[in-house]
Amino acid sequence: MTRSDLIAKLAERYPQLLAKDAELAVKVILDTMASTLAQGGRIEIRGFGSFALNYRPPRVGRNPKSGDKVNVPAKYVPHFKAGKELRERVDNPAS
Amino acid sequence: MTLTKAELADLLFERVGLNKREAKDMAESFFEEIRLQLEKGESVKLSGFGNFQLRDKPQRPGRNPKTGEEIPITARRVVTFHPSQKLKSMVEKTYHGKPQG
Repeated sequence: MTRSDLIAKLAERYPQLLAKDAELAVKVILDTMASTLAQGGRIEIRGFGSFALNYRPPRVGRNPKSGDKVNVPAKYVPHFKAGKELRERVDNPAS
Repeated sequence: MTLTKAELADLLFERVGLNKREAKDMAESFFEEIRLQLEKGESVKLSGFGNFQLRDKPQRPGRNPKTGEEIPITARRVVTFHPSQKLKSMVEKTYHGKPQG
């Protein structure tokens, strides 16, 4: 499923709304989630999961072509942890 | 700062103009549609944000950390999230080299 499939499914669920409202809703949700993480915040959706940032310490990397050492600065990377309901539904779709 | 469905519903009310009831339902349905796809065994690709994928993990040996007893960890299907390049660089830019916290 892609972003546009998701918009189509939501538009189907809410026939009283305009198609562009579903599109805007998806944009608002995803933009807000991304900017929350970009500002160092967390996202917690009960039954779905949580998003947070993981710290990556600085390290010395290598340019694989030349073999030169490269300093890779510390950074944060987004991390998702599936919630209980999502974990159970994915592992055991019958139940 | 923690974002939840309640805040997302408020934003859908303010910025999309849905009524309070619709905004709350829409915030719930957004995540439910993603869960339904994953439950069907299909991945979800949200451009600009990231991809949710499924991974089938084989059984592996585990241990009860309290008793030391060996118990197999059963085979299972799990969800993994891979942030898009855009999300990774947004996060990296804000937090470049800043101390942990």
